[in-house]
Amino acid sequence: MADFEIPELNEYTVIPKLKEGTMAHSSPFIAKAKFQEPLGFPGELVDNWEEAVLTKMDDLRSRYRGFQVFLDSCVKCGACTDKCHYYLGTKDPKNMPVARQDLLRKVYRRYRTFAGKFFGALGIPGFVGAADLNKEVLDDWYSYFHQCSQCRRCSVFCPYGIDTAEISMAARDIMDTIGMGQKYCNEIIGKAQTIGNNLGLPQPALVDTLEGLEEEVEEDTGVAVKFPIDQKGADILLITPSADFFAEPHVDGLIGYAKVFHEAGVSWTMSSHASEAANFGMFIGSYDNMRKLSLRIRKAALDLGVKRIVFGECGHAWRVAYSFLNTLAGPFDFLDQNYPIPQHICEFTYDLIQKGGLKLDKSENDHMTLTFHDSCNVARASNMGNKPGGQIDIPRAVIKAVCNNYVDMPADTIGEATFCCGGGGGLLTDDLMEVRVKGAQPRMEAYKSVVDNHGVTNLAAICAICKAQFTKVLPYYNFGMTDIVSVHQLVGDAIILTGSEDDVDNDASNNSNEQ
Amino acid sequence: MAAIEVNGKSYEVDEEGYLEDLTTWVPEIADVMAGIDDTKLDENHWEVINFLREYYEEYQIAPAVRVLTKAIGKKLGKDKGNSKYLYELFPYGPGKQACKYAGLPKPTGCV
Repeated sequence: MADFEIPELNEYTVIPKLKEGTMAHSSPFIAKAKFQEPLGFPGELVDNWEEAVLTKMDDLRSRYRGFQVFLDSCVKCGACTDKCHYYLGTKDPKNMPVARQDLLRKVYRRYRTFAGKFFGALGIPGFVGAADLNKEVLDDWYSYFHQCSQCRRCSVFCPYGIDTAEISMAARDIMDTIGMGQKYCNEIIGKAQTIGNNLGLPQPALVDTLEGLEEEVEEDTGVAVKFPIDQKGADILLITPSADFFAEPHVDGLIGYAKVFHEAGVSWTMSSHASEAANFGMFIGSYDNMRKLSLRIRKAALDLGVKRIVFGECGHAWRVAYSFLNTLAGPFDFLDQNYPIPQHICEFTYDLIQKGGLKLDKSENDHMTLTFHDSCNVARASNMGNKPGGQIDIPRAVIKAVCNNYVDMPADTIGEATFCCGGGGGLLTDDLMEVRVKGAQPRMEAYKSVVDNHGVTNLAAICAICKAQFTKVLPYYNFGMTDIVSVHQLVGDAIILTGSEDDVDNDASNNSNEQ
Repeated sequence: MAAIEVNGKSYEVDEEGYLEDLTTWVPEIADVMAGIDDTKLDENHWEVINFLREYYEEYQIAPAVRVLTKAIGKKLGKDKGNSKYLYELFPYGPGKQACKYAGLPKPTGCV
């Protein structure tokens, strides 16, 4: 099945012995000029790239205080070393967070600290953890900064709060600036900026796809649930990852949102201009590109005249939306201030359930025993609801309201300590399949423990990347590719739509009980 | 630039084997690409490939999975209108493998 070794799954996390260079060959396709130039990056490696690296690094240090602090403050305590899923799955010491940071830090130390300059001039920069910048170092950057999913698990355990994701983003920004971008991310950003979504679905294709879904739901339930797009004057604008239109199990989540909005009786719409929640600008650390993508959402909200913005199931989109949208594309003073700006679909559904606004038949999901995979960017970089930890509790509360059988994975693998799916941060591409499969090992191990001990049959997630990644990697570990489900697929399946056959049966039996 | 040979003619493909210029596509290209993957295309594969090309011509994008399964269900019978059947035909994923044979660009994004 694979031309690489698939890691074994143990009963609990085993810290592997180091094996140097096991992943040194892993390197994604470099973006060609046609994908680089539209984003404002050089088409190929510039001649004076060494100088350009240092100039860009200085620029980033001056703009992001955190980046400067992270470069200076590591004390090599080792707390992060066994926390990265890519290290655990690949055994490669350069996948230890501290080692990954040091790839960049050693160049910073060489050229921008007194000690590095002094010992560098003596020809022994390594004495103070510094190193000369050369092509070998650059190739190492390209390889290992594309073996980081920017999931921030290591930062939870760092006593100084050093965030490797910020270092990875900076490194990718530097590499883009010198003409060494990654094909997968940059091709996608280009499509999202010109067509409106990562897949490149033009408006007529979206309309056709959504009409098909309307027919499908009506055939299934007898109720005309709408999937509106570009409807001016709607109250709610739904921003969802384009994978929700295109792929499985994502699309079942979209059907779930539509049923929730239908039962809530709200007017809502999607937008073809902003038909993407994902914002790959964050993955490449490019503020300008992240902002351009966010401004499409602002424009869509203004053009359609909506009062609220709700985000669908997309992990890093929710980080960008929750943490940065206001500074990237605000102020959102034109929206209804009585609602969260923006709001997560799980918050919307949870509120509706609390108010008794959904008729639910939990037994519809009785053929499954569920567990929940916390997506890294939701768990560690955002919140939901109005209390700390809502981003952990609310999705679980939603699942438990619609399913009878639920079991959590081991505590050190969920919530704030969740293991990444292995495909986040711009790594969800076939040319990185080896690192994706190996990086999924810790999550697969935790999943196996609840499968073996508690009869769990499926895992649910609220992130398009997690869903696509699990669909691909589950079979490598002898699980079914359809084990992964959308949270709103569970919601959608449990909803008894008003006026549907089930609803009529339900009312009839309630009435007969009363008599 | 990589290329594949079909009937003595050379066609440029990208790093992942997708045809660079989809207007140059001829049916033999699909057979050659399938051969590279140790697959032989039968009429069921061709139903999918032909539908992908028709859809692409109209919408400039490959069809979403539910659009595809519905169309195949209509053509080949309801029992075949699902992703399980499509994965049997195209084990590397109907979206990507079938698109490649049909000369379409690879679907990108979180899929």
